[in-house]
Amino acid sequence: MAKEFELNEVEVWDGNYAASQALRQAQIDVVAAYPITPSTPIVEGYGSYVANGYVDGEFVMVESEHGAMSGCVGAAAAGGRVATATSSQGFALMVEVLYQASGMRLPIVLTVANRALAAPLNVRGDHSDMYLGRDSGWVQLDAFNAQEAYDMTLCAFKIGEHMDVRLPVMVHQDGFTTSHKAQNVYPLKDEVAYKFIGDYVPVDDMLDFSRPVTHGAQTEEDWHYEHKAKQHKALMDSRKVIDEVFVAFKELTGREYKRVESYMMEDAEVALVLLGSSVETAVLAAKQLREEEGIKVGIVAPRCFRPFPYDLVRDALEVPTLKAVCCMDKSAPGGAMGALFNEVSAAAYTTNSRPIMTNYIYGLGGRDFAVDEAKRIMREQKAHADAGHITTDIQQFSGLRGPKLGFFQTRRG
Amino acid sequence: MSKGVLATDKRGIRELGAEEKVGWDEVQQGVILNSFVGETENAAFLKPEERNYADFNSYTATVASWRIIKPVYNRDICIDCQNCWVWCPDTSIISRDKQMLGIDYDHCKGCGVCVEVCPTNPKSLLMFDEKEDNDEALAGWPQKEKKKK
Repeated sequence: MAKEFELNEVEVWDGNYAASQALRQAQIDVVAAYPITPSTPIVEGYGSYVANGYVDGEFVMVESEHGAMSGCVGAAAAGGRVATATSSQGFALMVEVLYQASGMRLPIVLTVANRALAAPLNVRGDHSDMYLGRDSGWVQLDAFNAQEAYDMTLCAFKIGEHMDVRLPVMVHQDGFTTSHKAQNVYPLKDEVAYKFIGDYVPVDDMLDFSRPVTHGAQTEEDWHYEHKAKQHKALMDSRKVIDEVFVAFKELTGREYKRVESYMMEDAEVALVLLGSSVETAVLAAKQLREEEGIKVGIVAPRCFRPFPYDLVRDALEVPTLKAVCCMDKSAPGGAMGALFNEVSAAAYTTNSRPIMTNYIYGLGGRDFAVDEAKRIMREQKAHADAGHITTDIQQFSGLRGPKLGFFQTRRG
Repeated sequence: MSKGVLATDKRGIRELGAEEKVGWDEVQQGVILNSFVGETENAAFLKPEERNYADFNSYTATVASWRIIKPVYNRDICIDCQNCWVWCPDTSIISRDKQMLGIDYDHCKGCGVCVEVCPTNPKSLLMFDEKEDNDEALAGWPQKEKKKK
């Protein structure tokens, strides 16, 4: 039996440490991991808890991230509670196995400290790796700070392991900005946290010798489609479970989370939609701009990136006063509009308000996104709103040196 | 083609892929196939013909149609060395108590490994055209070859 880890009511933890503590409290059976900046301290922390008797589990060192996720798939199919961590190139190397994990319906938890993808090689935070996972069939939760990295990791187990879900869950936090920034975190006591998650209940586990099973069977055109459709439905339907888990978490901690977080949207005329640690920057900028210039800015932040909260994004944007919305993508779009822009615009298209939609690419490779720049973008949205049409290129780049870069113009003005 | 020895009611009852097609709502969660119906105990100690195989187990499927040449087994020459049983990549050599009984023609793909590894002279297993009658094949079995010096 594992030793209890004494915790204060308030701890000073960075996002990585917060995530590793949540893994410990979940009493993971197996962590198979390969180190990569900036997520290494998550699994390093778990390794030290194993070594010091704070968790009754196995740390498996592997030769690569492909091996790490493969080890997780094997351990989860065997019937264990399993988690690991990665970032960037490591995430990219895991991608093949990410699809295996979700298709095999194994509720693995992957904590990701988001980092840019090479080339150019870069260790700083952007959302390239998170975006790379968006079709992988995983639930993707987004933590904006260290407290949320802890909270979301606890919730991740309860969501993924729910009998109506049985899907793997990623918990994202921004590399360095969140993963290495020490903040006040209010942890739960070990017993309380574990009780919230509950005992792991295996499904079709390979270690049940009374019911031998084949995992990962091959299917061709006769069966593959039905399996993928069933998997997609489980992911879409996980929205309900995520909501329930967030309600239960609020009852336990008082901390309220929603699949889509909205700030000051009730009377907003313009809004920014963004993910990760930039949300807090944007909220601060919006508050200041409301006070200083009277521009009614709201912020919409999908907490749940997958399943994409089409329903709640639409609710958040269904504001009669809302005229212009800017979706901000912290990932190189690779020859398209940003993914968040595309998805939020599709949801906004079926609202009554049908706001003007624009796209900013920002923060690539850890480029700073500060309050002044957030305000400038908000003022620009106000200009769109006043003009009744987009007054700039539809896709622009924030904080980029060199001649102004932008693509596509509206046909509505 | 005869089903060979120890075929049960379930072995090779359908072509692979001819199982009942159900919709997305009925397929089993995950890419999981149960080996047996319900719970089983000590399956490893049961002979295949004693196990209650599930419909999706490959035991119930036949892939005989994949084969264009087949091994024929000659009991009169076999020395029960088990070489073919060890080498067969599809566990299609049936042997009980170290005595070779014959071939599982529902799962044999006709690769010929069993013939290759057979040490007797003449061989106790030889490949024939899939359409050839087994009795005729046995009637025309080659004689022992003299050692070449």
